[in-house]
Amino acid sequence: MTQSVVVQVGQCGNQVGCRFWDLALREHANVNKKGIYDEALSSFFRNVDTRSGGDGPDIYKGKICSLKARALLIDMEEGVVNEILQGPLRDVFDSKQLITDVSGSGNNWAVGHKLYGSQYRENIVEKLRKAAEHCECLQCFFIIHSMGGGTGSGLGTFVLKLLEDEFPEVYRFVTSVYPSGEDDVITSPYNSVLAMKELNEHADCVLPIENESLFDIVNKIHQMANSGKLGSTVKQNSLITSSAGSAKTAQEKPFDAMNNILANLLLNLTSSARFEGSLNMDLNEITMNLVPFPRLHYLVSSLTPLYTLADVNVPSRRLDQMFSDAFSRDHQLIQADPKHSLYLACALLVRGNVQVSDLRRNIERLKPSLHFVSWNQEGWKTGLCSVPPVGHSHSLLALANNTCVKPTFIELKDRFMKLYKKKAHLHHYLHVDGMEQSCFSEAISSLSDLIEEYNELDATKGGPRTDPSRLKIVV
Amino acid sequence: MSIVTVQLGQCGNQIGHEVFNTICSDVRDTHGLCSKKENESYRDASKERFFCEEQSEVPVARAVLIDMEPKVISQTLSLAARSGYWKYDDGSHFSQKQGSGNNWANGYSVHGPRHKEVIMDLVQKEAEKCDRLAGFFTIMSMAGGTGSGLGAFVTQCLRDAFPTSFLLNHVIWPYSTGEVIVQNYNSVLTLSHLYKSADALLVHENDVVHKICAQLMNIKQISFKDINQVIAHQLGSVFQPTYTAEGGLHYSRNPLGDLMETLVPHPEFKMLGLRNIPQMPENSLAYSTFSWPGLIKHLRQMLIANAKMEEGIDWQVQPPRLGSSIPSSHSTNKPLHFNTSIANLVILRGKDMHSVDLGSFQDPSLYTSWLNPKDAFHSWKTLRAFNKYEKSASLVSNSQFLLKPLDNVVGKAWNMFASKAYIHQYTKFGIEEEDFLDSFTALEQVISSYSSL
Repeated sequence: MTQSVVVQVGQCGNQVGCRFWDLALREHANVNKKGIYDEALSSFFRNVDTRSGGDGPDIYKGKICSLKARALLIDMEEGVVNEILQGPLRDVFDSKQLITDVSGSGNNWAVGHKLYGSQYRENIVEKLRKAAEHCECLQCFFIIHSMGGGTGSGLGTFVLKLLEDEFPEVYRFVTSVYPSGEDDVITSPYNSVLAMKELNEHADCVLPIENESLFDIVNKIHQMANSGKLGSTVKQNSLITSSAGSAKTAQEKPFDAMNNILANLLLNLTSSARFEGSLNMDLNEITMNLVPFPRLHYLVSSLTPLYTLADVNVPSRRLDQMFSDAFSRDHQLIQADPKHSLYLACALLVRGNVQVSDLRRNIERLKPSLHFVSWNQEGWKTGLCSVPPVGHSHSLLALANNTCVKPTFIELKDRFMKLYKKKAHLHHYLHVDGMEQSCFSEAISSLSDLIEEYNELDATKGGPRTDPSRLKIVV
Repeated sequence: MSIVTVQLGQCGNQIGHEVFNTICSDVRDTHGLCSKKENESYRDASKERFFCEEQSEVPVARAVLIDMEPKVISQTLSLAARSGYWKYDDGSHFSQKQGSGNNWANGYSVHGPRHKEVIMDLVQKEAEKCDRLAGFFTIMSMAGGTGSGLGAFVTQCLRDAFPTSFLLNHVIWPYSTGEVIVQNYNSVLTLSHLYKSADALLVHENDVVHKICAQLMNIKQISFKDINQVIAHQLGSVFQPTYTAEGGLHYSRNPLGDLMETLVPHPEFKMLGLRNIPQMPENSLAYSTFSWPGLIKHLRQMLIANAKMEEGIDWQVQPPRLGSSIPSSHSTNKPLHFNTSIANLVILRGKDMHSVDLGSFQDPSLYTSWLNPKDAFHSWKTLRAFNKYEKSASLVSNSQFLLKPLDNVVGKAWNMFASKAYIHQYTKFGIEEEDFLDSFTALEQVISSYSSL
């Protein structure tokens, strides 16, 4: 069994991260009734003997003593991290896992990346090494951050590059929250595009997320839960947005529901690596199957069902609905419509009481309405994990490498160019040590190249299929 | 003589477990529908072949379990032990922490060499436990990373370390609608490499077994366990003891050797397909009766028409009438969908099998002209019923059964290779485009050979 370390950077990263750890504990508590520290738990948690006061040695087997998250919390402001440390999760982290400062990054990627990057480099490397040492077999780093601000975006991508340099064999999965059009941070396009270049070059896999999509999903659930349909009561703890049953007892904050969706995304992504099933899907299999060319590593994700109704019997029609929903526009976590764009690859990770025949039936049913690239007509990667998420009897995570990410990137580029043409706010960036005009031109160039790669693929869509001729054997 | 089974990867281990389960439960079954003496003889032969009964209370499977991540093996070991009727040797397994990531290159070039010594050590130990070693039976899928890549490497090592032993690879072909995106690459690399080292490849296709589960076994929500149980039943029907010679006095002791001798006359032709009838849900068995002529008739037509099971057989397909065309291996007068055989083996289990007329299988028009029809067809028999089926007939065939599936896999892999998609994932671990081309060439050769039968 392998371990993963979560690196949460900036306000967004830490708020999402906090929800992740909370729901992770809830998930394991649901499955692990005997309180034994098992391999599944070890993937994200250490078991520490804290009786001797300080940070005792790790306990690898036996009863759970004190669980510590395999995490690094980084923020250039103290507010969010302090709140976590005063909240119900305070025992899950220890002070050695934090890196904070006071003044923040002022929504400036250059400050986060260049200034704080060089300042905290050694500190970060040391703490990462420590976290890695505690792992028997470290497989993956998960970075959680937003793209629009200064710390998550700048320092977050600095850490990404650091991880590639210091731990080249370990996979780097990045969950990036992209800014929406109405973002109140004026410089978010600059920050995002500068960060994109780093993601293009140093990440193995990126899961782009847009707040608008999360918001829409939260509203949809809210409407459903309050619609008062007779005979349909929703199981509270099954809501993809809910913190029910977790450690959190205080008032739910406005972003909590949205962040819970992301937390659930990460839990589902890693479920087959942690729990058993008839067809396991490990994290290295995700990168292997979903990244046909190194730079095309942006995966659109969708989670279904959003909630489970209280009635126990689930006819296969409802199961099939779960598969259909995974491909619908309003279940995607970014504003995109994969059904009308081109699939390069698609992964389906099913959890719970679903068998291979259900999976095959739905693939065959849905395939005709989807467009796959000519060289990957049967581009499906499938996984079956026996353990369902809390509150559900089954669930599905779909990850698509699809050209529908292109509009998001094009919009980002447009917003960037609007500012850049006028040189608006550029001076704030350029007077940071190490920051030059070329950083900007290289970044926008990198983004343009990426968009062009997607364009070329889109051009092949719906065209005539001419299969390359096979090798001829002399008889 | 004993067979050492090597279970590779998730698929190999899950299937291996079902195989030993099936064999053990068949042997324990006292309704062999034959004399007590016959039953005991069968049981002893089967146990010697698959289990070791040293100091332990329950038979210990002669197997080595290999996987690059621990979850499946630990599950397999505990499931077996929990059955109470048999178990695996506690020391006979090897796993690591991190899997192969569906990457053939990772399995073959990284995990293989790194763990070669430990793995071959375990195999050596199992081989030494056998009074006489009949050979090796490896179970793997070709779609993933461990079973396929590491499996190909281990097969090579087995061939090098045991040059005179028989080596049969049992290979699972994935769903053609896609289980693993790079499955076609992994398949091409696996098959081309196995072809060099193994004596024969015995194939099961997930699509086919799935249909059997759906249409014959009437299973509504088919799980991989269901699929694996059908596969285990079919394998058991081949490898459980039989008399290979007419009037033989004891059960044959060299199953793998006999198989190779009867079915693989030429090293260019190693692909074996397997058919078994009847197949039905267990609770229907009591209400069904079978006649040998009926079973034989269906099995023969399944061979000729390349049908995957006893439902939906195309009865229109017939072999060409001899003398109506110039006999030549490039004859174009054979109807296109007629399945030409090189060699066939029919295995009959159950009462009254002495009376069975297998003449229809000896029809020369079924075969290529190289072998004497007398030599191209063999049958093995036993009165002892198998796995609760009063009568059961299996066909192991070296014919064009797998030609079309193989051609499809190679075609899809080639299509993807032309775009260079995913190649960087393989070159990262030392498998270059050259290696891919070698594999493609080797398989196109196999396809060409089988096509021109």
